[in-house]
Amino acid sequence: MTMAQALFYLMAFIALASALFVAASRNLVRSVFMFFVTLMAVAGLYVLSLADFVAITQIVIYVGGILVLIIFAFMLSGKEMLANLQLQSGKFISVSKVPAFLLATLFFIVMLNIIMESNVDNLPWLHNAVVQKNTFTAGDATIGNIGVDLMTTYLLPFEAISILLMMALVGAAHLSRKEKKA
Amino acid sequence: MITLTDFLVVSAGLFCIGLYIVLSKRNAILVLIGVELMLNAANLNLVAFGKYDKLNNGGQIFALFSITLAAATTAVALAIILNIYKRYKTIDPNKIDSLKD
Repeated sequence: MTMAQALFYLMAFIALASALFVAASRNLVRSVFMFFVTLMAVAGLYVLSLADFVAITQIVIYVGGILVLIIFAFMLSGKEMLANLQLQSGKFISVSKVPAFLLATLFFIVMLNIIMESNVDNLPWLHNAVVQKNTFTAGDATIGNIGVDLMTTYLLPFEAISILLMMALVGAAHLSRKEKKA
Repeated sequence: MITLTDFLVVSAGLFCIGLYIVLSKRNAILVLIGVELMLNAANLNLVAFGKYDKLNNGGQIFALFSITLAAATTAVALAIILNIYKRYKTIDPNKIDSLKD
């Protein structure tokens, strides 16, 4: 077992275990903070898949932006909301959660079956990519290439997504404004 | 050697945990976290396949786009959750069942 493989299994275990903790925990604040760990572990998996820029973006935007936004939103919005949020019923599997648990488990089994049947490691285009040396190898500098691609091949989706992001942020600011007393 | 199948299995696991959170939690913020978890599982697949596309960087760039979209979604969703809390005094998705009072 190589170092990379050991790290992969470690990261995968941390990601899945902390995600299970998020699902099982009764305390909302605890599960939000555990979600940090999940996102960090997923960023580690990105690095092991040789996508370092995406990993950094994941840490900056998800951990630094989204989670802090979630924590801010309910920590700043008053004590009674936080008290209400703490009240979560029951154990990990109570009767009301059995359908959700069954559905998730069965869906997982179906997905596993599909993954095993489809035999992704032997897809023809992957073999072509390996033959044409179109794959990332450890030590490649990828960030410059991503920048060039963003400004040439993917310019239209890039601009569309920037407009969408601006509209969404303006909309969020509009939704969360204080009502004027008229 | 880490194979693609390993990545797909991990991502399927993350997706199903996210699905369970979305279906079982009675708290809109946790449902939002479940959705984020499912988005992360999808991103993991994009990045894992993107390893085999060095010229166009398709996987990585669309993973970046989807991270950006997740940020926009979260901002709007949190604003909506705060408004719903102001109006209904609860954020249990089961109890929010009238359009306008």
